[in-house]
Amino acid sequence: MIPGSFSYHRPASVADAVKLLSDLGDDARPLAGGHSLVPMMKLRLATPAHLVDLHGIATLKGIRRDGSNLVIGAMTTQHELLASDDIAQSMPILHEAALLIADPQVRYRGTIGGNVANGDPGNDMPALMMTAGATYRLEGAGGARDVAAADFYQGAYFTALEPGEILTAVSIPVPAAGHGYAYEKLKRKVGDYATAAAAVVLTMSGGKVATCSIGLTNVHETPLLATDAAKAVIGTSLDAATLKKAAAAAEAIMAPAADARGPVEYRKHVGGIMVTRALQRAAAKAK
Amino acid sequence: MNDLTPTREQRSAALEGMGCKRKRVEDIRFTQGKGNYVDDVKLPGMLHGDFVRSPHPHARVKKIDDSEALKVPGVLAVITAETLKTVNLAWMPTLAGDVQMVLADGKVLFQNQEVAFVVATDRYAADDGINKVIVEYEPLPPLVDPFKSMDADAPVLREDLVGKTTGAHGPRKHHNHIFEWTVGDKELTDAAFKKAEVTIKEMISYHRTHPSPLETCQCVCSFDKIKGELTIYGTFQAPHVIRTVVSLIAKLPEQKIHVIAPDIGGGFGNKVGAYPGYICAAVASIVTGKPVKWVEDRIENLTATSFARDYHMTTEIAATKDGKVTGLRVHVLADHGAFDACADPSKWPAGFFNIVTGSYDFPTAHLAVDGVYTNKAPGGVAYRCSFRVTEAAYCIERAMDILAQKLNMDPAELRLKNFIKPEQFPYHSALGWEYDSGDYHTAMRKMMETTGYAALRKEQAEKRAAFKRGETREIMGLGVSFFTEIVGAGPSKNCDILGIAMFDSCEIRMHPTGAGIARMGTKSQGQGHETTWAQIIATEIGIPADNIMVEEGNTDTAPYGLGTYGSRSTPVAGAAIAMAARKIKAKAQMIAAYKLEVHEDDLEFDIDGFRVKGLPEKFMSMKDICWAAYNSVPPGMEPGLEAVSYYDPPNMTYPFGAYLCVMDIDVDTGVYKVRRFYALDDCGTRINPMIIEGQVHGGLTEAFAIAMGQEIRYDEVGNVVTGSFMDFFMPTAVETPHWETDFTVTPSPHHPIGAKGVGESPNVGGVPAFSNAVNDAFSFLGATHIQMPHDYWRNWKAAKDLGAVA
Amino acid sequence: MAKTHVTMKVNGAEVEGLVEPRTLLVHFIRENLQMTGTHIGCETTHCGACTVDIDGMSVKSCTMFAVQAQGSDITTIEGMANADGTLSALQEGFRMMHGLQCGFCTPGMIMRAHRLLKENPSPSEQEIRMGISGNICRCTGYQNIVKAIQYAAAKINGVEFKEAAE
Ligand SMILES: Cc1cc2nc3c(=O)[nH]c(=O)nc-3n(C[C@H](O)[C@H](O)[C@H](O)COP(=O)(O)OP(=O)(O)OC[C@H]3O[C@@H](n4cnc5c(N)ncnc54)[C@H](O)[C@@H]3O)c2cc1C
Ligand code: FES
Ligand code: FES
Repeated sequence: MIPGSFSYHRPASVADAVKLLSDLGDDARPLAGGHSLVPMMKLRLATPAHLVDLHGIATLKGIRRDGSNLVIGAMTTQHELLASDDIAQSMPILHEAALLIADPQVRYRGTIGGNVANGDPGNDMPALMMTAGATYRLEGAGGARDVAAADFYQGAYFTALEPGEILTAVSIPVPAAGHGYAYEKLKRKVGDYATAAAAVVLTMSGGKVATCSIGLTNVHETPLLATDAAKAVIGTSLDAATLKKAAAAAEAIMAPAADARGPVEYRKHVGGIMVTRALQRAAAKAK
Repeated sequence: MNDLTPTREQRSAALEGMGCKRKRVEDIRFTQGKGNYVDDVKLPGMLHGDFVRSPHPHARVKKIDDSEALKVPGVLAVITAETLKTVNLAWMPTLAGDVQMVLADGKVLFQNQEVAFVVATDRYAADDGINKVIVEYEPLPPLVDPFKSMDADAPVLREDLVGKTTGAHGPRKHHNHIFEWTVGDKELTDAAFKKAEVTIKEMISYHRTHPSPLETCQCVCSFDKIKGELTIYGTFQAPHVIRTVVSLIAKLPEQKIHVIAPDIGGGFGNKVGAYPGYICAAVASIVTGKPVKWVEDRIENLTATSFARDYHMTTEIAATKDGKVTGLRVHVLADHGAFDACADPSKWPAGFFNIVTGSYDFPTAHLAVDGVYTNKAPGGVAYRCSFRVTEAAYCIERAMDILAQKLNMDPAELRLKNFIKPEQFPYHSALGWEYDSGDYHTAMRKMMETTGYAALRKEQAEKRAAFKRGETREIMGLGVSFFTEIVGAGPSKNCDILGIAMFDSCEIRMHPTGAGIARMGTKSQGQGHETTWAQIIATEIGIPADNIMVEEGNTDTAPYGLGTYGSRSTPVAGAAIAMAARKIKAKAQMIAAYKLEVHEDDLEFDIDGFRVKGLPEKFMSMKDICWAAYNSVPPGMEPGLEAVSYYDPPNMTYPFGAYLCVMDIDVDTGVYKVRRFYALDDCGTRINPMIIEGQVHGGLTEAFAIAMGQEIRYDEVGNVVTGSFMDFFMPTAVETPHWETDFTVTPSPHHPIGAKGVGESPNVGGVPAFSNAVNDAFSFLGATHIQMPHDYWRNWKAAKDLGAVA
Repeated sequence: MAKTHVTMKVNGAEVEGLVEPRTLLVHFIRENLQMTGTHIGCETTHCGACTVDIDGMSVKSCTMFAVQAQGSDITTIEGMANADGTLSALQEGFRMMHGLQCGFCTPGMIMRAHRLLKENPSPSEQEIRMGISGNICRCTGYQNIVKAIQYAAAKINGVEFKEAAE
């Protein structure tokens, strides 16, 4: 299990990185934490001729506030997300989900940018970003643009990233104080991707759901926003019948693959249960 | 002055002998990263080999084009079956009397089969090379389901066997049939079933899995052309057997083969067999004149070397209405994959599966095993068990639960009612074994009392009622398992490997200063032999364990032994150590008698030396005797103090144990939680309780993994879909339950120190405990038998099939 | 492929070497530096046997290129003993609590536990289990590894180690 040969580049700025990528063309790939890319290279499922390592770009790191948005540099690791007090307080679902990704060693290296740019339906951050209404900043030879997470994913490993572009930051609107949240992930063991997972962010008012958004991980070739399921719970007190309706609405848009985690029917069924449980737990947390 | 004289307790403690929780000698180097494993061996000029493997489960190999590979910088040679034919090594014999392709010869028979071996200056170049070898295949229909192996229209897998109606173990019924093995009295058993008041019948499968130690299989072969000598460093559980096998198949004189097994990173049965990698590395070294290293990667390990289990056991019990068993009938369909490469003693095509009557007094039994070929990897190793004993224990323990359910009896009560009684030992089983000793009732009752079994059953009844009322979605299961193992292969009268009797050996040399070295035919892979073997010697001859160095794994210096697997080290080699030590002690006694000027019979051994009976102040320590052995032995006696023992055990040993698993399952997701796991083991005399406990923890963890998801799975067209530690369930510290351990001690009457062996018991007993817990949880919903592995989705499916989830 | 010159600090000493860009850090450590205590168990980032400490992080060295470690400060198992050569608290804990059998996972476990205790000097059992969940052990069943880490934590904190009741 040895990667194929490549040449290694370590630019010091986004501009340099973008230039390298556009000069080197299709054979070049950005390298972030490497914890999705390197395993693929060892199996020779990925054989880039050039790797552009983003670790030398200081501006890609860090968590900061921009008005009511939390802006996280692409090269911020899962470990750094977990260490951030700001995230723990203002965006606790991010903390909760990061802790469910892989294991401590992977979290020291794996980055949020790599996680959301990878396009693997098994990654946990994309559905969360969609749920939270995040946008991604993409920079390429032609300049910078912002793309909503909800518009970013086009198919397994297919995203809105154009060749030569890199994702430099994610920007997440900070949810309202007192919001309820939960990330429910069913997996077989530490280090496994989700059999199915659901992210819920909601607000309650007078015992009823006021706003709600629901995201789904690894039950389709892309992460999903379960808009119908979210609509179904608004204005309700999450009674049993509503929860059932929401789960059914979510299951209706799922199309997971059968794999060692279970057959399609099972993965959809537990996907529905993750939605139910996330809704219940989120509501219980809301103030 | 007197105060400083050590007490007997202090003298005894200073030895750190048997029964002491002695800290391990090995750990000093392992905790500092100073172990010496095979991949740490680096020889001057060493090359690396790597395999081109088949993407197809069944195909004809039309053409192998190595021209592009040979252009890769660093690639020196590409070895194929054609190359191997020039040295008559395209095929190799297996331990089970079959032959196996070393490299694809005309055909491939399983996915990831070895097709070509690329030799290069380093592992990077070798990997580049394998990606450039172009192989042209013509796919053939794959045979995946063993139940279809003997269909009339099943594809012919083994063209080399066409027309051969007899195999190594008798007649073959079909072109994909390997052997049929029967034991027991068929007529008597059939009659028992005819008369039976109650019978049960169930097809109980034990799925294919894999031992996958953390270190994969690897070797370095170095051929010295001038001397004509071949040195092999390898991950070998049985180095001497490897030397003999290599000598026989490579036609090299055995004295010119040096096999060295350095530190081994776990074995669990994976490192008993001989694999194509070893042969190819040896041939490559002979061809290139350079040392060649072969290191298997994890995918290769999981998919090509040595699976375990894959037994499909149709099991019937006959019994009376009040729960006395009267007969057992088992038919096994054994999926051996493409070649029969089982690592069993030669005369035992299904290992010791005839221990399947378990801990129960069956008046009669009959067993038939059919081995068949499929397009899957070869193997059939004993994954942390004595040969096929895990399969047997699972079969009978599951079947006893099914019978209990049918009789509406508590499974523990049913077992107590049918146990072999203490006064029946030595007990002759209906399928031919002589059980050495046991006290099953005591062990079972201790388990029931310690765990509060009755209260747990009560809690279960309440939870079931609550589930039926719709108050909870969680169900609770109690998994009882009471296993009897058969280990310590084995007596030369019935156990051999390729004709070599399965004795084991020890050589002890005492040095003048009261220190010594013990060399062994066994090979530790983590069992701590360097620590425990010295403890046996310490107690036997009264020299502190710290003064005894234990050396294993070098065939030039160690006496011939059959190696470490099947929990055989303590029962066989442990006995050899005691016997060798006793020879030392006997000579020491003569020397002491001479020095103390008394008759030998007037001496008694007292912890760490000999004392004149009735004259306590006349004492000679073993340390002083060692010195005397080198300067003042009695006239006529040879100087020195050494002994060798080759121990041929009179019988196997029969460890046993009572386990209980308490499990809760969420029917909506199938997610389970092991609330509690209690394991009582009786392994006879306990040499080092700390190490025993560690072995039990490790074995239970493997049992947990196997029962709850660890599976080598093939899809319908023969692709292996579980090739990594993500899909092949490998639990971390988070999933692994907490273990409670306990013991009783029933020494083996025929073993010099009464020890029975423990390394594998927890795997043997653990799997049925987990599986019975799952089955017990679902039984009130109408389940009789749910197949392993019990991973989340299958639990959910069981609940769904039983109508418990919509 | 052209080779690149790399320098880094390993166990306190400056080291250098020529590597291909694709050379994995674990191979650089094992083959170039000939420090073979760092092991390879899976190559697929699951087992943690290759764990080393890099700039205060536990890293699976099979999933990082040696060129990426340019200029970094690395500790491997060979750098874990006390300055006087005696076993450090963690190494001693593993031995005293029988936290190892074949020893193949042990270097990675100790390196991971080292960083865990730096970040959380008194972890609970659950925190230890989570903390070592990137490391697979095939032999011990983890229970004694947990105890070994508790033993080391107690020793480092200067408190008496009490084995948890069974
Ligand atoms: C054992 C194991 C278990 C895992 N389990 C989980 C899990 O449960 N959940 C989960 O979410 N993830 C899991 N992962 C994946 C892990 O989180 C990865 O770190 C993550 O998917 C990718 O992040 P990275 O920084 O490592 O990116 P890399 O591997 O470096 O890159 C991934 C891909 O994204 C591209 N890329 C990276 N950064 C950028 C950028 N800034 N702009 C444009 N393209 C970019 C790369 O070119 C590459 O194609 C697991 C990984 C392992 C090894
Ligand atoms: S070898 Fe690196 S994680 Fe297993
Ligand atoms: S001690 Fe063998 S893998 Fe952990």
